[in-house]
Amino acid sequence: MSQFVQYVAIGLGNGATYAMLGLGLVVIFRSTGLLNFAQGEMAMFATFFVWKLHDLGLALWLALLVGIAGGFLLGVVTHQLVVRPVGDPHRHPLAVVIVTVGLFLAFNATASLIWGSGQQPLENLFGRSSVNLAGTAVSWQKIGTLVVLGGVALVFWLIFQKTKIGLAMRAVASNPESSALSGVPVTRVLMIGWGLAAAVGALAGTLTVPVSGAVDSNLMQLALVYSFAAITLGGFDSLLGAVVGGLAIGLVTDVLPRYVSAFEQMPLAPAFLLILLVLLVRPEGLFGRKAVVRP
Amino acid sequence: MSLLEVSGLEAGYGLVSVLFGLDLDVDAGEVVVILGANGAGKTTTLRALSGMIPSRGSVRFDGVEIRGSRPDRLVRLGIAHVPQGRGTITDLTVAENLLVGGYGRRDDITPDLDHWFEVFPRLAERRTQPAGSMSGGEQQMLAIARAFMCRPRLLLLDEPSLGLAPLVTREVFERVRIAAAEQGTAVLLVEQNANLALAFASRAYVLEAGHIVGSGPSSELAGDESIRRAYLGS
Repeated sequence: MSQFVQYVAIGLGNGATYAMLGLGLVVIFRSTGLLNFAQGEMAMFATFFVWKLHDLGLALWLALLVGIAGGFLLGVVTHQLVVRPVGDPHRHPLAVVIVTVGLFLAFNATASLIWGSGQQPLENLFGRSSVNLAGTAVSWQKIGTLVVLGGVALVFWLIFQKTKIGLAMRAVASNPESSALSGVPVTRVLMIGWGLAAAVGALAGTLTVPVSGAVDSNLMQLALVYSFAAITLGGFDSLLGAVVGGLAIGLVTDVLPRYVSAFEQMPLAPAFLLILLVLLVRPEGLFGRKAVVRP
Repeated sequence: MSLLEVSGLEAGYGLVSVLFGLDLDVDAGEVVVILGANGAGKTTTLRALSGMIPSRGSVRFDGVEIRGSRPDRLVRLGIAHVPQGRGTITDLTVAENLLVGGYGRRDDITPDLDHWFEVFPRLAERRTQPAGSMSGGEQQMLAIARAFMCRPRLLLLDEPSLGLAPLVTREVFERVRIAAAEQGTAVLLVEQNANLALAFASRAYVLEAGHIVGSGPSSELAGDESIRRAYLGS
């Protein structure tokens, strides 16, 4: 029993980082209708900011806050310099997707160039102590990660539902042409979407470090695969879907292999079985929205 | 000086030219219609004017050259465009569609929101529903209300009658007429339904294959036999 709780805690803790990365994917998907393959690498890059700032003597939480701001800036600059010149993502979706694949490689190579290919140690944001839950020691790091995830999801939800820029982002996602004709500055809206996605990446990356053990240029590659799985499960356009999907993927990939010997050698398999099952029943994902269009 | 002065407007798609040097003008508060058959370039004209496609020539609005400006900038200057197919933002609710319409404004837009819910009670009933679930007529009403939410000085209106029942079409035209008169908005309408449009507009241009081949007060054009036969149907 206590071992099971331990596995669940690990699963949820890992799942929370997939969910956070997933939130970044959802933000960009909701304003452009596209998957951003560079999401994980932007997160890795922003995490290097955090590491560097901490290395220079800043307290970790302060370094994280500055890293989040730096991540936002990174997303904005990336959009303005690289993504925007390619053209309207709604008109040239494939071109933009290919650019995000290129960005994946570019960020990875640039990180290695600047910070080397070695591993940079970074301490846990929530320390190494743990708390006794139902006879099991659960680390504060896992609990803290889940709380942060809840906070980020809430902030994103508030931005989308309660702010003017959030309304604009949803409008642009649904009908970019009509949004522009209504006075929405589409390019600026997309730029802010990229900023938000990269900002949340700084959080996701910093909270992934305790799992990976160190910061390196491959920090987020596996996490990106898991977060793609998470939003497929939850629905590409749903914040709640990213959260539930991320946690669910974390759970099945960390808990099931401990009990089902067939999955021991391939922890990804249960995640894909789960996705297959959900997609058979609900192709739009658990919380994704079906397009409502009257013919 | 006219509110909108267009001279030598050329536009097209890629290598295909559609408009070959259009000259037209619209005065403040005036209602003008561009008539023409399918493929004459009516929609292209409006798309060029609102900055959705690149164009050549001169487009002056309120004395300022605006050709090449992005649509969202033109909205701030006072040009709203209801595109063909109504431009419903399908995933947003009806109320959110109207809020997007007032996006560029800095003043309080709730009085306008309430006003349009009063004008179109159907929209008020469905304010929290996804706009894409509404009927064509309701979506056209929504499109008109959304365009007026930005308090335009010029409204570009692309075939509002398309796919609507005659009665609904008449209501839509009537609402536009009233709102335009109230707000002092000029309207540049594009229509195939000539009888309807000539009754609505004070002046008309006839567009054929990218050229303006006739213009004048609606009453004259409605009575002109040759134009009637060639462009306006029986």
